[in-house]
Amino acid sequence: MLNWLDHLFPNVMARLPEFFDSFVQTLIMVGVAGIISFFFACGFAVALILTQPHGLTPNAVVFNVLDKIINTFRSIPFIILAAALVPITRAIVGTAIGTQGAIFPLIIGITPFFTRQIQSALAGVDAGFIEAAEAMGMGTVEIVFRIYLREAIPSIIRVSVITLVSLVGLTAIVGIVGGGGLGDFAIRYGYQRYMLDATYSTIIVLVLLIGLIELVGRLLVEVSQH
Amino acid sequence: MPQAITISNLTKTFPGEEGEHIALQSVNLAVEKGDIYGIMGLSGAGKSTLVRCINGLEHYDSGTVTVNAKEVGSLNRGDLRMLRRDIGMIFQSFNLMPSRTVAGNVELAFRNRKDRAARESRVCELLDLVGLADKADSYPNELSGGQKQRVAIARALVNNPSILLSDEATSALDPNTTQSILDLLRNLHDRLGLTIVVITHQMAVIKQICNKVAVIADGSIVEEGKVFDLFVNPQARLTKSFIETTSNLEKISALIEHNSPLIALHPGEILLRMRYVSKQVSQALISIISRQFNIDANIIFGDIDVVDNAPLGGLVVIFKGKASDVREAIEFLKKRDIRIEVLKHAELA
Ligand SMILES: Nc1ncnc2c1ncn2[C@@H]1O[C@H](COP(=O)(O)OP(=O)(O)OP(=O)(O)O)[C@@H](O)[C@H]1O
Ligand SMILES: [Mg+2]
Repeated sequence: MLNWLDHLFPNVMARLPEFFDSFVQTLIMVGVAGIISFFFACGFAVALILTQPHGLTPNAVVFNVLDKIINTFRSIPFIILAAALVPITRAIVGTAIGTQGAIFPLIIGITPFFTRQIQSALAGVDAGFIEAAEAMGMGTVEIVFRIYLREAIPSIIRVSVITLVSLVGLTAIVGIVGGGGLGDFAIRYGYQRYMLDATYSTIIVLVLLIGLIELVGRLLVEVSQH
Repeated sequence: MPQAITISNLTKTFPGEEGEHIALQSVNLAVEKGDIYGIMGLSGAGKSTLVRCINGLEHYDSGTVTVNAKEVGSLNRGDLRMLRRDIGMIFQSFNLMPSRTVAGNVELAFRNRKDRAARESRVCELLDLVGLADKADSYPNELSGGQKQRVAIARALVNNPSILLSDEATSALDPNTTQSILDLLRNLHDRLGLTIVVITHQMAVIKQICNKVAVIADGSIVEEGKVFDLFVNPQARLTKSFIETTSNLEKISALIEHNSPLIALHPGEILLRMRYVSKQVSQALISIISRQFNIDANIIFGDIDVVDNAPLGGLVVIFKGKASDVREAIEFLKKRDIRIEVLKHAELA
């Protein structure tokens, strides 16, 4: 078995610990950036839903400002955004390279997309549920936590899977601007040193990772639905 | 009776594409405690808007809505929430939360959320009341429409409200289920002393459970009053057309028009429509006149309903007898508050 792998992926097998480290770094970046941006995205999405014209607490200023900021960030290609964020990252995190330096631009890069996704999940909650909750005398905070976020759980899981998959893509891109992870590994060996097997093994691992995320997501959606 | 809901001069407009759209115009309405008040109108008449003003789901432009002595429009958020706990509401689309069980839905708005024992016993009590004690752990999608509406009713009652608003609660249900939900509402009204506001476009619903009704068209109330009076003496054209949809007595016009053999008259016969117009009718009128005036009464068809504990409707009959006897019989009936219309007569003998 190992012989066979040695034969197909000689360069990767020679750097197995490094390859494994890169994989772990990718997981850490996806996990940490995903979790942090999930909370920001939920916050922004709730703010958008509440302050939108027919929301529970309409507020044109808050809504428009948030809306414009999100659109602006979404229109910047991630690789340029990541490069532009280097000084800020260095100021905040202390370094702009490696896993640590990659997490901040990943959060900034994925949160606008994640916000839009969760916003659409929340918008999918039947207006009748909200009306019923208001009629029962529930307050805004209660409606957010006990109706909006709760009834949207299956959709939120679905959009989180989509977002995580995009995030895996972004972690590969930060490899180019000095972040670690599988992207970095593929570029350093596969692209710069022509070790094609490094590129292919990265692809295989990423495809498996995405498949796993989607599988877990599907199972969670099923459990969360009645 | 003290007032539960008093609406005066209520006006509400929605901003629209071409200027403002007037949804409610100078609406006045008084619902007394213990009423089952029907609000009837065609689609788009403003029924939902009106009822949503009662619990403050909708803001209004001018006028006042006073519920249990509080003016809804002037309440702050906190007071409005307190008031809403005293006003239950049910909807055409049930609006049960799919992620929660039946029990979870009922306890959703329970005032005293910390007190678990009180909460659980309240949920049991309510599910018993609506006949769904065995469904506490089911999810809404596992229930039929009628069962869902029962859960919604239980949920609306969780904080012991004094008022229940029903916005087309039976419109999505089949006739039998509608019947059972209406029975339940009536029952709850009697047992809990609820004041109920029932919105509907089905006259039959009004007939079955309401004691008062307002007919609304294009944002204005065109007619209101006791259900019985309104059925007997409808004034507005809209009301008349609504009533016709629930009564068979109008079918006779078609029979006359088509010269139906069913009502071919022989000499000495007269075709009449009799309508009950007062609440005191409980005599065996037909047998009395046939005995007293020597008349053969042939009932072609009838449509008699019980509304507000009094018979409502009438009969289409053919009387056969001596001309003078028939005249006297008609006078006799008129004195007993029966409205008589002669639809057709052969030359009287
Ligand atoms: N949020 C809104 N914005 C603009 N117009 C509205 C809004 N809600 C209702 N309307 C308009 O106000 C009028 C009354 O609507 P409403 O929903 O009260 O009617 P309804 O009598 O309940 O009708 P239905 O039987 O179809 O439920 C309609 O013409 C409707 O288009
Ligand atoms: Mg309506």
